[in-house]
Amino acid sequence: MSGEAKAAISKDVLWGGGRSPFSVSYGKMMMWYFLVSDALTFGGLLIAYAFWRASAVDPWPIGEQAFRALPGLEGEYPLAYVALMTFILIVSSVTMVLAVEAGHRNDRSSVLKWMGLTIVGGIFFLSSQAWEWSHFIHGGGGFFNLAKEVTITAPNGEDMTLQAGERVYMDHHFGHLMEMHLQDPLGVPLSEEGGHVVLTELGDHPHEAHLHGLKLNKYIEDETLVEGDAMMTLWNARSENFGFGAPIPGLGADWGGINHSEYATQQGYSNFFFFITGFHGFHVFSGVIINIVVFFLVLNRVMERRKHYEMVEKVGLYWHFVDLVWVFVFTFFYLI
Amino acid sequence: MERDDLIVNDSYALNAHHSEEEGVAIRKKIYLVTVILSVITAIEVGMGVMFKRSETFTWTAIKWTFIVLTLCKAGYIVMSFMHLGDERKNLRNAVILPYFVFILYLIFIAITEGLAHYGMDIMFH
Repeated sequence: MSGEAKAAISKDVLWGGGRSPFSVSYGKMMMWYFLVSDALTFGGLLIAYAFWRASAVDPWPIGEQAFRALPGLEGEYPLAYVALMTFILIVSSVTMVLAVEAGHRNDRSSVLKWMGLTIVGGIFFLSSQAWEWSHFIHGGGGFFNLAKEVTITAPNGEDMTLQAGERVYMDHHFGHLMEMHLQDPLGVPLSEEGGHVVLTELGDHPHEAHLHGLKLNKYIEDETLVEGDAMMTLWNARSENFGFGAPIPGLGADWGGINHSEYATQQGYSNFFFFITGFHGFHVFSGVIINIVVFFLVLNRVMERRKHYEMVEKVGLYWHFVDLVWVFVFTFFYLI
Repeated sequence: MERDDLIVNDSYALNAHHSEEEGVAIRKKIYLVTVILSVITAIEVGMGVMFKRSETFTWTAIKWTFIVLTLCKAGYIVMSFMHLGDERKNLRNAVILPYFVFILYLIFIAITEGLAHYGMDIMFH
């Protein structure tokens, strides 16, 4: 072997076998192998989602219709919130790579600064996801089933016949009070005077919700907002069967349980949404914890004693991987 | 055969200390990649808001655009942020090639079987 003595290898970087395959440290290579296996797990989950979606007969929810709420605001802002979450994660990835770069220059204070910002970004992302989950669980206003067949004039001027059992969706504010009205009709009374439907939440700070519009085919193709007389026709044809929010076993039982949730037309969509974003969120969470641990190692000058910041680089690999997964989740859940 | 366990030019991670000048160059590259990733994300969100899902060729083209843009983003993250691009070629191949072999096969089989399943559901509905 002629190349044997090409370069002097310092003892402290050799593996147990007296070599350094790929000329990386053992820890870094194992981090890469772990990431490959984890990427296969996420790939498998997203592909299972693709399988489920390709075989679905009922219409599949559209990302920009299912995700268009912003905290504390009424109205529709398609994809705005998830774009914000994506941006937060990208920025935290940038601060992480800057921490790794500072580590290569043995610049301890910059490592601390950038790692600190990375941790803050991770916590921001997790909080955003918590809000999104909560919003998805509580639902966008719920729905009721029609008790009988009705014919209405659609906004495009054509007559539209709807079968008994068809879902009619309420808006967020009205649906929220309707859910309370069904539990406590006296505390949240319903009044229908002069074709004007109003729900009032009594109490220290009474407030009202007016019925302004009802939606057909919410979350899927041909979503239609119905207002005016046609809306009242739908409202008056309502059955006793209401459904709210995501199917959380035990919580939706008052209205017939799991089959009557707002998203039950495509159970698979919410199942995969919660599983995949939850699994990703767990990775973000563990990434934040590992980042905090390494942050304190740097703070205690452990890396200075080791004379290298490779630990920052390894946690950086994990953190970038979390960002990488989100890039795919973003595309396949929200965009396509 | 090329030996990849020899350390040439101090490239081993534990020894790779960068000077201030090298740091400036690396940071410049990081900021450039940041801009690229943000712009691609903005384009994706804009397209997602603008175009509605449909059965047309346009939508198919948009869908593939999303996938290509996503793969671009993934490439920048892996090659630049995770600096796999700066590692030895053998490590790069050992990480990426097996992954693609598995995933492409899985995608192929899942979509094929999913659509077949869909066909049977329609037939025996």
